[in-house]
Amino acid sequence: MAPVVGAVTGVATRLRVRGLLILAVLAIWGLGWALLNGRDTLALGGAELTPLHSSLSEGMDAVDDSRNSNPFFLYFINYIRLFLDEAVTFVQALISQPSFGRPVPVLGWLGVTGLATAIALLYGNRKAALLTAAGLVSFGLLGLWQESMDTLALTLTAVVLSLAVGIPLGVWAGMSDRFHRLVTPVLDFMQTMPTFVYLAPLTLFFLIGPASATVATMIYAVPPAIRITAHGIRQVSPDTLEAGASLGATTAQSLRHVRLPMAKQTIIVGVNQTIMAALSMATIAALIDAPGLGKTVLKALQTLDVGTAFNAGLAIVIMAVVLDRVTSAASRRVEAERRAGRLLTPGRRRLQVAGVLGVTAVLGYLSYTYVWAAEFPAQANIGPVVRRAADAASVWVQDSLVGFTGAVKNLLTNGLLNPFESLLTGSPWWLVFAVAVAVALLVGNARAALATAAGLAVLVLLGLWQDSMVTLASTLVATILVMMLGVVVGVWMGRSDRADTVLRPVLDAGQTMPAFVYLVPILGLFGPTRFTAIIAAVVFAAPVAIKLVAEGIRRVSPTTVEAATSVGASTWQLISKVQLPMARSGMTLAASQGLIYVLSMVVVGGLVGAGALGYDVVAGFSQHQLRGKGLAAGLAIVVLGIVLDRVMRAATERADAAAHGGQPHK
Amino acid sequence: MTVPSLTERTPLGTETPPILEVKGLWKVFGPKADRVVGTALGRTELKEQTGCVAAVRDVSFSVRRGEVFVVMGLSGSGKSTLVRCLTRLIEPTAGEILLDGDDVRKADEKRLRELRRHRMAMVFQHFGLLPHRCVLDNVVFGLEIRGVPKQDRYVRAREVVGLVGLTGFESSYPDQLSGGMQQRVGLARALAADPEVLLFDEPFSALDPLIRREMQNEVIRLHHEVGKTMIFITHDLSEALKLGDRILIMRDGELVQVGTPDEVVGAPADDYVRDFVSDVPRSHVLTLRWIMREALPDEPLDGPELGPDVVIRDAVHTVMSADRPVRVTQDGALLGVVTSAEILEVIAGGQS
Repeated sequence: MAPVVGAVTGVATRLRVRGLLILAVLAIWGLGWALLNGRDTLALGGAELTPLHSSLSEGMDAVDDSRNSNPFFLYFINYIRLFLDEAVTFVQALISQPSFGRPVPVLGWLGVTGLATAIALLYGNRKAALLTAAGLVSFGLLGLWQESMDTLALTLTAVVLSLAVGIPLGVWAGMSDRFHRLVTPVLDFMQTMPTFVYLAPLTLFFLIGPASATVATMIYAVPPAIRITAHGIRQVSPDTLEAGASLGATTAQSLRHVRLPMAKQTIIVGVNQTIMAALSMATIAALIDAPGLGKTVLKALQTLDVGTAFNAGLAIVIMAVVLDRVTSAASRRVEAERRAGRLLTPGRRRLQVAGVLGVTAVLGYLSYTYVWAAEFPAQANIGPVVRRAADAASVWVQDSLVGFTGAVKNLLTNGLLNPFESLLTGSPWWLVFAVAVAVALLVGNARAALATAAGLAVLVLLGLWQDSMVTLASTLVATILVMMLGVVVGVWMGRSDRADTVLRPVLDAGQTMPAFVYLVPILGLFGPTRFTAIIAAVVFAAPVAIKLVAEGIRRVSPTTVEAATSVGASTWQLISKVQLPMARSGMTLAASQGLIYVLSMVVVGGLVGAGALGYDVVAGFSQHQLRGKGLAAGLAIVVLGIVLDRVMRAATERADAAAHGGQPHK
Repeated sequence: MTVPSLTERTPLGTETPPILEVKGLWKVFGPKADRVVGTALGRTELKEQTGCVAAVRDVSFSVRRGEVFVVMGLSGSGKSTLVRCLTRLIEPTAGEILLDGDDVRKADEKRLRELRRHRMAMVFQHFGLLPHRCVLDNVVFGLEIRGVPKQDRYVRAREVVGLVGLTGFESSYPDQLSGGMQQRVGLARALAADPEVLLFDEPFSALDPLIRREMQNEVIRLHHEVGKTMIFITHDLSEALKLGDRILIMRDGELVQVGTPDEVVGAPADDYVRDFVSDVPRSHVLTLRWIMREALPDEPLDGPELGPDVVIRDAVHTVMSADRPVRVTQDGALLGVVTSAEILEVIAGGQS
């Protein structure tokens, strides 16, 4: 026993020493800030440029000029751009834009509604079909039929292409360990990079418009397709595979008859994730002039027109819900058929298909021929009503809740955000640099400290030190809030089944919403400030953090909880001494995921007055002379993301190791 | 269902030609596995010195046509690896596997596939069924892979489904069946291909005891009806004794003993096997051959006659009710005698 006790106290001492060291570092920082406030802060005004930014701009101009001479563009990129533009334009011609010499698209609202409902009915169920019909009609009612169809066209094109790329790659990654190992870090990187960031570089290659929007959407939507397909292929039971091999199945036969059918349901989940990711990105792609609802929201956000933003945001939410429900119903249908056989006999199924397709064809013909079925009737437009109501609600809330919202805002701004921001931006850069590296070393490991040093050096070189620090302050504050919410609600959810049943669907729904939409109601509540961006980020990131914490709590062995209860632990003791410590790795995971979500949202907050890096990126889109700085800001965001991710990962590893015997290093 | 008693089965003469011969088979897992072949190191030393594990070490045996050959051992003894080596689901490291004289190890990918499709079929512990296919489509799977025309393969599948007693469940899905029924599907799938050799990898270990007994009887019945050669892996001694014409006992990848059930129980090769069979009711396995003795000069030799391969349990009544020694004879020649004293010793003594 003695050595074990010794080891335990050894760990405890080490942990305490580490805590004291961190405190000491922070104290030195505070002292340094007080003495050296305002010196070497590397401040840079909004329109100021460094030589690096100018040469980046020039470089981008040079790329622009070479578009029609450089063979890389002539024979490669331009063809891709052409193909993507054509693909999106083609789908738009079918459902959203006047085309083929007609004043209306090929399929009018009645035809599209009929077709979508038919698909929902044939692949999903009656409920999903009803929801689809109602959802599509509501786009017309909100007065956003064409915008909605533009978004749908872009989303569907990107989804089809993403699946065409993602599923084969996913199957490959499922079959080959080597390819799986190769592709995983790439996907990790694609998914941790804030979506906002790669828009500008993409426009450099694919110009502003549908092609860039499609590529951006694909970058975001392909990873889940690959990942989940690979997962589905991998989880096929080895027993069944072996049985196939023992019967003499070739690799192709085993893929076709065993792996793919058994992975089908998981792959449909992948399709669902891909669609949701694509929709989310297709709305953000409005920043690079992608057509559709995103653009309406963006314009409204920029002019602080809450009513219009709310109206279009509502349409996006409805589209997200419809797409999610239909694909979920399709996945459940596959599962049900797997368990119990086809729901209908082949004859009846054929009859049903024929009937549904017949009705759809009639609706399609009507909408092709008659104006009333092609253009949504204007007198049924209740969009203005919704807009006015949202405006009125926003005004009323801002006027009458100002006491409350103002108090919250002031408390958080003055109590947390301002001190933090002034500490980060007011200290000399070298002091912050040293403190950050030391903290990375203490909570993580040497590798994390190295990554931090390298990353911060890049920030200095990019000439965006102070903007980065402002963004970092907002990100950290939002992450702290996310974690507070995550722990409180997550523990509640992890401990109470009833809370879980109530909250889980809400959180799931929250996670399927495109990031953009979150800004709207919060803008209505708090008006345009950096605080709005922070709250939007908290709302955006909280679901994932809460779910991860709850899962960590749930995974604590019931036997351990029972044992603690049997020795007479109170509820509070149970939470603080058993459940939270044992859920530690779940909590660090929640923090690191929350951080990535927060970062991407804080940046989007640049649209509603959050300033700093997000603003630099947005300004880069709109003002030609600032595009170099915008690119640098995008890079700075990626660097911040990588540094934060590395440090959090290292901290997670340390927490895991500490939980398993107190040896942080092997 | 009448279960044919094992004592009645026709003893397979040694002259029946072997259908499967395995010579010096090795399977080593780990780096540079082929260098380890031939080693005399024990399990732990081998792991320490080379990082390798020898799952099968120099195993040789032959299986006769129509025989039920049982491979028995505890978990980790290498028996499942051994049976997978036979169709190269696991690639052997060294040795020879001759199926009717053809070297399985030399077969290229195409011939190996043909061999798996036509000549050897396997039944798995966890069934390995396709959950998205109904019973009939599962049974048809092997034939489908082989390219049998649709009509023919469904005719054959229905036949086999009837044979394993699944009639009426053709359109059920695996999820809807009990474990025993699922294994019947696995059995039917293997039988559908009409292979020369059926391999069973602990097929009944996942079933509860009653179902297990039922399925064992089913295998015995099928063996009588279709007469296939069967290689049966199990960790259950009573199952081995019940099903096996001959039993191969493995330990740590090595062959410890091969013999008929009564040889294994009556003359264990070493302490390991002796310990293993110590709980077996010897009178249920041993035959009169194992307990008969020379007739004493003054003993009357006009008692009842029994053959040497009669199991003791079945002879108890005759011996106990006779008032003189029972003669054990074969082809008219007197081999020895058995009296109640020998019978009682076996039943009461237990230890040899």
